[in-house]
Amino acid sequence: MAKINWYKYASPANFYPLAGKIIPWFAIPAAILFIAGLYVGFFVAPTDFQQGEAYRIIFIHVPAAWMGMLLYVLMAIYAAIGWAFNARLSSMMASSISITGAMFTLLSLVTGSLWGKPTWGTWWVWDARLTSTLILLFLYIGFISLQAAIDDQKRADKAGAVLAIVGVINVPIIYFSVDWWNTLHQGATIRLLGKPTMAPPMLAAMFIMLAACWLYAVAVVLVRLRHIILEREQHAAWSAEPVGQPSWKAEEART
Amino acid sequence: MRDLTLAWRRRADVLSTLFFFVIVVSLFPLGIGPETNLLRLIAPGVVWVAALLATMLSLGRLFANDFQDGTLEQLLLTPQPLYLVVLGKVLALWLVSGVPLALLSPVIGIQFGLGSNTLVVLVVSLLLGTPVLALIGSVGAALTLGLRGGGVLVSILVLPLYIPVLIFGAGAVDASILGSGVEANLSLLGALLALSLIFAPWATAAALRISLE
Repeated sequence: MAKINWYKYASPANFYPLAGKIIPWFAIPAAILFIAGLYVGFFVAPTDFQQGEAYRIIFIHVPAAWMGMLLYVLMAIYAAIGWAFNARLSSMMASSISITGAMFTLLSLVTGSLWGKPTWGTWWVWDARLTSTLILLFLYIGFISLQAAIDDQKRADKAGAVLAIVGVINVPIIYFSVDWWNTLHQGATIRLLGKPTMAPPMLAAMFIMLAACWLYAVAVVLVRLRHIILEREQHAAWSAEPVGQPSWKAEEART
Repeated sequence: MRDLTLAWRRRADVLSTLFFFVIVVSLFPLGIGPETNLLRLIAPGVVWVAALLATMLSLGRLFANDFQDGTLEQLLLTPQPLYLVVLGKVLALWLVSGVPLALLSPVIGIQFGLGSNTLVVLVVSLLLGTPVLALIGSVGAALTLGLRGGGVLVSILVLPLYIPVLIFGAGAVDASILGSGVEANLSLLGALLALSLIFAPWATAAALRISLE
């Protein structure tokens, strides 16, 4: 392990096959954990005292919300690294994450809305957490639009980095908004220290789903990253070979 | 100073932004109906949203003209820190569009049937809020210099960041109408102003360097 030159993988040309090898290690466990999590969530976890069966959407809603926030921070970090060190691969990573992050944020808003109708009686309410999550979605969309609008790739990456960094302040606001404001959205039940106030099977299901979402996100981001690498490195000689291959499996067999 | 002189020479630009503000605000009673109670309820939000939109329109002027005739590049090369140059430009923009907007707001407030206490709060909230809008907007304007998307792209980038300012600004006026505490909202607005004074010009300077390479 000690002799590997990790910096070699900072080059898109070298990272491309590595990503190809990594992806199945994330995609398959993700699928397994999704099934496991949904099973525990729907069949093993007990019925909620107050909310009945409707609460079970929590197993998608909460992991999606966490992913949306975490991916934004990750995107900002990668974009900042790409900007500071002039590392193309980091900026490509940020661009790849942006779409997955936006999807998770949208998912959390939609599932939250579906959850709110039977329990709160309304599809939407303009409280602090929902509004700031909506802002997060707009920030993602702004990031994607900005990068799409700029033709010069280097400028697009750096401009996106500035936007991502400016927007990062929104993530702690979302997280703490339920404490800072009186809001309809429930407060945090899971704290870093101290006993969680949820039944163990529910907690287990939630964490399984969270792990599943993480693995899925890594797999999907890497797949998209490979596409972005091919797209942006068209001028390089090495990129002509993989384009003919139909899938990462075939490429793995070749190398 | 230079920016103020230029703005004075192109008075039409400045005044047109103000007229836009007045016209937009006047559209709402015409569209919604003249019932006084309803108007009083929606007044804070309407005035603030119009202020937001008017500020966004004026952002186009901030860098675009200088960018086109090459002065912006010269400004980047001066020995003065870019942070101060940006701060100066934003300050000039605010003096020329934000302050008149804030001072004009009581007139509009009367149109909406607001009491005199509320009018004071409205002016104060706008005076605190419009510099924040100008500062945050300058980041968006710098990022989108010379791009095809035009004003729409700046709006997409900048409006999400404007939302907290809108919430606190309109919230302050709302609180005044209801008679509850105004200080909380105003102090949060003040905090936003302090934060953006420190960070926004830095981000704008970085964005300018990126856009001008």
